[in-house]
Amino acid sequence: MSDMLTLRGVHTHIGRYHILHGVDFTVPEGQTTMLLGRNGAGKTTTLRTIMGLSPPSAGEIDFAGASIGGWATPDIAMRGVGYVPETMAVFSDLTVKENLVLAARSGPFDPTRLEWIFGFFPPLKKFWLSRAGSLSGGQKQMLSIARAIVEPRRLLLIDEPTKGLAPAIVMALIECLAEIKRSGATILLVEQNFRVAEAIGDTVAVMDNGAIVHRGAMAALSGDGALQERLLGLSLEAHQ
Amino acid sequence: MMLLSGDPPRGRVLSALLIVIVLALALTPFLFPGAKAMNVAAKICIFAALVASYDLLLGYTGTVSFAHTMFYGIGSYALAIALYGMGPTWSAVAVGLVVGLPVAAMLALGIGLFSLRVQAIFFAMITLAVASAFLVLASQLSWLTGGEDGRSFRLPELLRPGTVLLSKDTLGFEINGRTLTYYIVFAASGAMILALLRIVNSPFGRVLQAIRENPFRAEALGYRTVFHLTYANCISALVAACAGVLNALWLRYAGPDTSLSFSIMIDILLMVVIGGMGTIYGAILGATIFILAQNYLQALMGAASRAAGEIGLPLLPGLLHPDRWLLWLGLLFIASVYFFPTGIVGRLRAPAK
Amino acid sequence: MTDATAGGEALPKPPLDIVPLLLPVILALAMIPLIGSASTWVTLTVASLAMGMMIFIMASGLTLVFGLMDVLNFGHGAFIAVGAYVATLILLPMAAWVQADSLWQNLAAVTPAVLLAMAVTGALGLVFERVLIRPVYGQHLKQILITMGGLIVAEQGLYALWGPQIIPLPLPAALRGSFIFGDIAIAKYRLLAMLVGLTVFVVTMLVLNRTRLGLLIRAGVENREMVEALGYRIRRLFLGVFMAGSALAGLGGVMWSLYREQVHASIGNELMILVFIVVIIGGLGSVTGCFIGAVLVAMVANYGGFLLPKLALISDILLMVAILMWRPRGLYAVTNR
Repeated sequence: MSDMLTLRGVHTHIGRYHILHGVDFTVPEGQTTMLLGRNGAGKTTTLRTIMGLSPPSAGEIDFAGASIGGWATPDIAMRGVGYVPETMAVFSDLTVKENLVLAARSGPFDPTRLEWIFGFFPPLKKFWLSRAGSLSGGQKQMLSIARAIVEPRRLLLIDEPTKGLAPAIVMALIECLAEIKRSGATILLVEQNFRVAEAIGDTVAVMDNGAIVHRGAMAALSGDGALQERLLGLSLEAHQ
Repeated sequence: MMLLSGDPPRGRVLSALLIVIVLALALTPFLFPGAKAMNVAAKICIFAALVASYDLLLGYTGTVSFAHTMFYGIGSYALAIALYGMGPTWSAVAVGLVVGLPVAAMLALGIGLFSLRVQAIFFAMITLAVASAFLVLASQLSWLTGGEDGRSFRLPELLRPGTVLLSKDTLGFEINGRTLTYYIVFAASGAMILALLRIVNSPFGRVLQAIRENPFRAEALGYRTVFHLTYANCISALVAACAGVLNALWLRYAGPDTSLSFSIMIDILLMVVIGGMGTIYGAILGATIFILAQNYLQALMGAASRAAGEIGLPLLPGLLHPDRWLLWLGLLFIASVYFFPTGIVGRLRAPAK
Repeated sequence: MTDATAGGEALPKPPLDIVPLLLPVILALAMIPLIGSASTWVTLTVASLAMGMMIFIMASGLTLVFGLMDVLNFGHGAFIAVGAYVATLILLPMAAWVQADSLWQNLAAVTPAVLLAMAVTGALGLVFERVLIRPVYGQHLKQILITMGGLIVAEQGLYALWGPQIIPLPLPAALRGSFIFGDIAIAKYRLLAMLVGLTVFVVTMLVLNRTRLGLLIRAGVENREMVEALGYRIRRLFLGVFMAGSALAGLGGVMWSLYREQVHASIGNELMILVFIVVIIGGLGSVTGCFIGAVLVAMVANYGGFLLPKLALISDILLMVAILMWRPRGLYAVTNR
């Protein structure tokens, strides 16, 4: 299986701060890769760097056969990346429909795809013409994900979708992510919640202090308690 | 070093330039006794202080105010109205100071409390609006301000040109009331600049710079940014008002064009940016270069414009017309914001140890 | 369309904030007893609306540019003045048509003048954005200084090209005079100004609410990065809005000069202050707020000028202070910046 995304020695500076210190990992096509790590390890910055929002100062980023390091964000998006930021960033002044209209770059919605999305995100259908700002937190997260998948994308970057959501909604969201995964999508998912990671991750990369400290299969990490403790000790405690 | 508050110019060229300027200003009445030279020198002194006070705001706190001429004008008008109304006495001068300076400070306090809590851009817009309203008021309330004509007044006996303090026979040149007025302007401007230098190098000045660099961090460290910015705004307004008093004292006149107009505000901006923001010394250099250019460059441009006209070049005569000198300074201004954000002083100055 | 697939249910909308909308109406009604004469009141109200619409035309671009890109252009006034001067390029040579007693000949002179003014100010907007503003995105202090420098240079350029004297610019013959209803006279030009202003407002609102472009602008005001992450080049979008805003400022400049029947470079500075006050009152970034703010400022100026001429000198400032006391971020706070 080929790699959809490869990062080699990526460094990123934000202002005066050196955030990423040589990040290396790959995202295999058709799989879900988990990006784990403590708070402040640089996971969000890694996604922002891939997206071109915090451009890399050194290193290479290969995506779908092109070297996208240094590309402008819109070009990266048009190459086939869907992005669900940590803040969800729904346009609260726009309706659910209008949010998705903007996300559907190639024109009118594909009705089957829309029905597929409504299938696991029913509230979006229900509140189709409501202002996104009036949705609940979980519904906003659904909208944010729906925006990324309203058209097929080569790669989805999803940043902590379960953050701050009630456990029942988290379970539903895992189902949805699994469903999206079954449709053949390639996903890079940042997650603090280890159970979510176990449920849908195929491969895993663990970050600490702006670099990758562990790469491997999700199942291997799942079965090795000592390794989990060593890599993620703090964040696990925080979540259990 | 004490005098300069431990913040010397640093840099040989810069020190030399400043020494030359200060010496030239100090000796102007003897070296260039003509009326024009004296006027230029006095204006340099006054504007150096005025621009330095603006630098406290712009350079040290990063806030853009367009109301600086308002405070300058309040100082000018306070002295003018007092001397006009009460006659040429020293008590009138005192009344002008006692009324004008607190008014300026209170107004600065009001504006600061009202608009400094929001971001810089808001403050810039609000000060612009308030200053323009003030200008309209000053030119309409003729019973108080003399309207568009302004107020001319007579100075106390001692400061009049006719008062000869030392006749020509004693030293070879005459020292009269005008000379004395010049030295009052010179000394007061110098004192204000040194005081500002002291302020920006005090702990208060460091807090201001911390706020400029990162207001959130400064706030998190426990500094109340609104309080500090308002305080800086008041000090700056006070010094501007003092400079305004000196301006009226020298001109024996206060009017909208000489103390309030928007073009003075633009002059101040040009001087502070070209001289160098956040340095105080930049004010001296900026004011000197700008006012020399204003008074002597224009003649040069006039000659060039006529020459271009005679050769028959299109457009150039208009662009080089002496009244268009601001066009070229405006371009210089834009270039300095881009390429030398720290101005001439920043270029000449060695980094702090 | 997919609308049919959606359920009809909708979440409760946030209550519509109509108090600011009612302000001008209340103000106008409250003035009836104070002014006394009905015909004077109508004249003043029409004058307010006409002046308000012209200011709105000039201010709308500024507020959108700020909302979208966090750029406050202190050089906006330059576009107003440039628009006025460019219009004279056509209106003065065609004075015979302008003064002809035929509406069609008048229009044949005025329409190209307005279009040329808007084209030139729009193009100037392009230069301004590319040369002056682009290098200093996100740096407020430099933005203010640079755009101020742009204003100085543009103003001096106008003096260099046209000279410092005031250029008289008479109104076209067909637009002079008033419609008379009983003892009420309504100046034709004021009516036209109201009409143009309303059209600009309605078109702007339609574009913002009904088109993909408008959705993008509104989305961009809220979150620039996300719009880019969806694959839109927001810089290009911004440039478009900037040019449109500049062209509107040029249109406003032409209208204002015809209103005053003279052209001078100083109108840039003069109107920019009014425009700023309007934009602050309305809430930076809000087109509706800008519309209401413009009408309010014009009403206070006109009613105030009639009732208390002395106070009218600082009435804009008093209005601004009052509004900001009530709502510190302006009538409608759009952005969180």
